[in-house]
Amino acid sequence: MTIGFWQSVSIIAVTALVTLLTRALPFLFFGGRRETPRVIVYLGRVLPPAIIAVLVVYCFKNMDFTHTPYGLCELVAAGVTAALHLWRRSTVLSIAGGTVCYMLLLRLF
Amino acid sequence: MTTIRYALKKSFPIFCGYLFLGFAFGILLADAGYGWPWALACSILIYAGSMQFVLVSFLASGAPLFTVFLMTLLINGRHIFYGLSFVDRFRRAGKFFPYMVFSLTDETYSLLCSAEDPEGIDPKHADFFIALFDHCYWILGSVLGCVAGHLIPIDFTGIDFTMTALFLVIFIDQWKTYKPHIPALTGGICAVISLLIFGPDNFLLPALGAAVAVLLGAKRVITARMAEGGDAV
Repeated sequence: MTIGFWQSVSIIAVTALVTLLTRALPFLFFGGRRETPRVIVYLGRVLPPAIIAVLVVYCFKNMDFTHTPYGLCELVAAGVTAALHLWRRSTVLSIAGGTVCYMLLLRLF
Repeated sequence: MTTIRYALKKSFPIFCGYLFLGFAFGILLADAGYGWPWALACSILIYAGSMQFVLVSFLASGAPLFTVFLMTLLINGRHIFYGLSFVDRFRRAGKFFPYMVFSLTDETYSLLCSAEDPEGIDPKHADFFIALFDHCYWILGSVLGCVAGHLIPIDFTGIDFTMTALFLVIFIDQWKTYKPHIPALTGGICAVISLLIFGPDNFLLPALGAAVAVLLGAKRVITARMAEGGDAV
């Protein structure tokens, strides 16, 4: 610990409170009214697939195309995951298969 | 299948992911000189993965509180978009409502998005237990990591791919069941463009903002496609 006890506590407290604030904001704005505005209902329907697509890109954001193995470990493991899922439609099998494949590839290259 | 067993099965991928990521956070916190009670407190009270990694650097450098405030707001700003999707759903959660709002992480969000609620499962309780179990995995991982901080860890490098695989699987499932595909395509394209412009550390918030703007702009088209039953795109 390079800083004191209370300074540590206040940094953690601010982080916790602001994090809670970002989670509570939409509910503070729209949670109290009896009827949710139609535009919010619309966003609630179309946002999930959009955000999941953004998160998929987020997972690959640190892929390195400039050095060996040129992001091949990630791409091959992602391909294995997708193929397993299209084949058997078992979430756990697809995830376990993809992850084991990725860990093996990392150690090979 | 009981609701609890359903929630355990459903949250299993997060168990692997959170245990590993929490463990990594615990090791970092231990390196900064903090014992496991600190890891326990952080993971119970903050419960935000990427943010807690940044927190370690704040603690190590003694960052000013305003910097902490602003960075937390920027890094966790995406939570606002998650909540928007669940305003109606969480309002029905009754006594669980405050906890559901508090515990809405990226991963819990994606699990709740993909919940299909089979027969005999109470959706309200299923949502709650999924959220609670995810939180417990995170706490467990971070405390174990902090305790093991100075021991030599076994090499688990790469197990964090669990998260990537999880998002991919959810993406594929949604692609098959959700028509039209405009929202998913919008999200993907906005993310790639934003990544190219802002780089890996700053692209998330602009990507989400752009996706919301495009979806609002295309509201008429998308609503019409949904009403048609959406065979095209």
